Amino acid sequence: MEAIDMAGLEGELKELVGRILGEAKRQGATAAEVSVTDDAGLAVKVRNRELETVEFTHDRGFGITVFDGQRKGSASTSDASEDAVQGTVRAALNIARFTEEDPCNGLAEAELMARELPELDLYHPWPLDVPEAERFALETEAAAFDHDARITNSEGAEVASHRSCSVYGNSHDFVEALQGTRHSVSVSVIAEEGSRMQNDYWYTMGRVADALDDHKAVGRRAAERAVARLGVRPVATGQYPVLFDPQMASSLIGHLIGAISGGALYRKASWLLDSLGKQVMPSSMSLVENPHLPRGIASTPFDGDGVATRAKAFVENGVVASYVLGNYAAKRLDMVTTGNAGGVFNLEVQTERKPASNLMREVGTGLMVTHLMGQGVNRVTGDYSRGASGIWIENGEPAHAVDEVTIAANLADVYRNIVAAGDDVDRRGTIHVGSLLVDGMTVAAS
Amino acid sequence: MTNPIESARKALLDAGEIGDGDVDRLLGRLTSKQIDTGELFFQVSRNESWSLEDGRVKDGAYHVDRGVGVRAVSGERTGFAYVNDIALPRLAEATDAARSIARSGGNAIAGPVSPGTPAPRYGAVDPLASAGETDKVALLSRIDSFARSLDPAVREVHVTVALNQDINLVVATDGTLSADVRPMARFSIEVIAERDGRRERGVSGGGGRIDAAWLFDTDAAEGYAREAVRAALVNLDAVDAPAGAMPVVLGPGWPGVLLHEAVGHGLEGDFNRKGTSAYAGRMGETVASTLCTVVDDATLADRRGSLTVDDEGTPGERTVLIEDGVLRGYMQDKMNARLMGVASTGNARRQSYAHLPMPRMTNTFLLAGESEPEEILASVDRGVYAVSFAGGQVDITNGQFVFSATEAYLIENGKVTAPIRGATLIGNGPDAMHRVSMVGNDLELDAGIGVCGKEGQGVPVGVGQPTLKIDELTVGGTAA
Repeated sequence: MEAIDMAGLEGELKELVGRILGEAKRQGATAAEVSVTDDAGLAVKVRNRELETVEFTHDRGFGITVFDGQRKGSASTSDASEDAVQGTVRAALNIARFTEEDPCNGLAEAELMARELPELDLYHPWPLDVPEAERFALETEAAAFDHDARITNSEGAEVASHRSCSVYGNSHDFVEALQGTRHSVSVSVIAEEGSRMQNDYWYTMGRVADALDDHKAVGRRAAERAVARLGVRPVATGQYPVLFDPQMASSLIGHLIGAISGGALYRKASWLLDSLGKQVMPSSMSLVENPHLPRGIASTPFDGDGVATRAKAFVENGVVASYVLGNYAAKRLDMVTTGNAGGVFNLEVQTERKPASNLMREVGTGLMVTHLMGQGVNRVTGDYSRGASGIWIENGEPAHAVDEVTIAANLADVYRNIVAAGDDVDRRGTIHVGSLLVDGMTVAAS
Repeated sequence: MTNPIESARKALLDAGEIGDGDVDRLLGRLTSKQIDTGELFFQVSRNESWSLEDGRVKDGAYHVDRGVGVRAVSGERTGFAYVNDIALPRLAEATDAARSIARSGGNAIAGPVSPGTPAPRYGAVDPLASAGETDKVALLSRIDSFARSLDPAVREVHVTVALNQDINLVVATDGTLSADVRPMARFSIEVIAERDGRRERGVSGGGGRIDAAWLFDTDAAEGYAREAVRAALVNLDAVDAPAGAMPVVLGPGWPGVLLHEAVGHGLEGDFNRKGTSAYAGRMGETVASTLCTVVDDATLADRRGSLTVDDEGTPGERTVLIEDGVLRGYMQDKMNARLMGVASTGNARRQSYAHLPMPRMTNTFLLAGESEPEEILASVDRGVYAVSFAGGQVDITNGQFVFSATEAYLIENGKVTAPIRGATLIGNGPDAMHRVSMVGNDLELDAGIGVCGKEGQGVPVGVGQPTLKIDELTVGGTAA
């Protein structure tokens, strides 16, 4: 991507936010908040050793929420022209005239705004042009093909680089910017044996191009994973220990965070209502958020309400220590925001970590899950039933691939029954966790 | 009736002060290097939504998105760029970026071809303008009170109405000049019921390519509320679902998610051209029980998945995918059709100008058979009867699909008995379709709420089917 003047862009967006807030005031809003983003990127994809797609992205847009006393209206657009600014503010205020008063509406208190911004080191442009991206992608895919003769087809390898500048401002005279980059290399390939095909993928992602995993290793890993899915054999329905690989463990922890999030709690749509102070996981486990992690993929100094983010535990020694709250949800629950409008920002699962290679021995006989499918997670009741595939483990050793099974339990039991965690922590996403071993889930098979 | 091309020209080109000469010059610029086809997709999409929770209409939002996607295709290569304002200088830059995939040389632009005016599948109405704000707000409050009046167990009610109008104009180097004005309205309700400390959720809704009049002029919204409350109350009595392989009877309508996942995605042209689908290279083979005929039909009036023309300007069609169990057709866009030597079936769809089009489903359903629904249920000794789903997912390569029931019952000795807790059903598409042993005479389409996701892009779709029986599917419960 071509280098651009980020300081100039940031200044332009801040000026735009100021102008929109001014327009909202002029049109009669009692308070307002505005967010403007300008994201640009390049994605180059190859497939079967040929260039397939070159995609240039560039999005700019803004959204405004206005308050007319305790009434609220929102509007957004991809157009930042003077006319559009006026029209969008007018649309938001028009909506606010018809919505009903809600005592919980309004900005978070001024003293909660992030007035001091830590340096998070999130902006590291990658001077990547199309030929270079193409070469990287070709080498990534070739590494997958060359790794195993059973890799017979590809869904493509992609090299992508994005930069983003977003500015949030509100009527507390708060206007702050966040700049960041995100780069990735990913590949998805197909392994074939007999008449059966299996696909799998792997990726590396981060703020800094030089810190990405070696792209050829990414290709090899995708190939290994696809090949490991070949040779499926049936298993018997029953209760077994289930080992979630780090990516799947991350989704599992995500459901717990969802259940203690403000929106689910005030709508009574959670199986963890009134759970503060209650034991939900083994006492050896804590869920700790670190929003100021340097170069963190989800790092931010302020949340979607402009509120300063801070490190804290949501679960401490197995006990719920804090809900995950933005300003509105907090007010609905008669609590104070935790600086989590927009979600959690870098969550670490802290616990005793065992060498991942030992966990299969702890399983004895059971299922290692590497893929989950479907929407079978009921946030109201905690009922969990999802399609799964992975590796069958017998006597502590990998035996064969498994697919077309489901795993089911109630989430309340799943978290309490985590009996071991691995040291293979995946730090690519928002939730940093290694493999998790859960005792006693129902595996249903044909 | 207004010509859609004139409406689109006005909304998209005139607003950006772009004339026909400018469009021709952009196409010329796109073809100044050797490409097979190039295209400009102009779009403006306006959305308005209102939502009620906690007894109050507390949220409303308005969103306008306007832009142009520029695509150049050369062989299997695609170059793509877009702008999110409609103005010439940036459009010229986007054109240069998109054509950069072509290696060299130049080629000609075809003169405009007139495909004729395809019969419109929906009216060029503006759902946003179909009622005043006061009426929209009053509708939500009316339904909130109504839902709460149905049963004292109802604790929370969340109602949303979402209205959209999308206008697009496609201009391509193959001579295509096409436009469409697409309305969309959707109503949804979620209730949470509580009894004896147990809470359960029920959802319902509907809509289509229509304005919002059906919500104001009929008691359809009361019907959705009744349905959501009923589903929540049923689930309050649900017992643990069984685990393991057993016969499954699927109710009519929305359970057609089965076809969408088990068959539909696997028959999209791109996966078959690339050989990544479990159905690749199987044209003419028996891929399902002879009771199964599956179609994708964009031509149904006012349906959520319907298209007068697709996002490449090809008229929407009814495509037979499987006929009496035999694989007859794939769903195609222009690029995959050209590379496979067939014609586009009008299935090119994109989430917006900022996304690349690809072959996607429209309204996909299984045609009616001859069995009475009661007869189908009576044929099962022990199994599951599933009538509503949260959605589904498929791995097109190994054919494995899931769908997650939100309302299901045990079948014991031919009778529908206790409701069971939501369970995921899992199977392999080709295997499951071969095991369809009875097909009902009660074909229904869903109420108009489906969104299909593929490669990160969401598009509205319809599904449908009659009651049908699959002799064996794995049910992912917890009970032994």
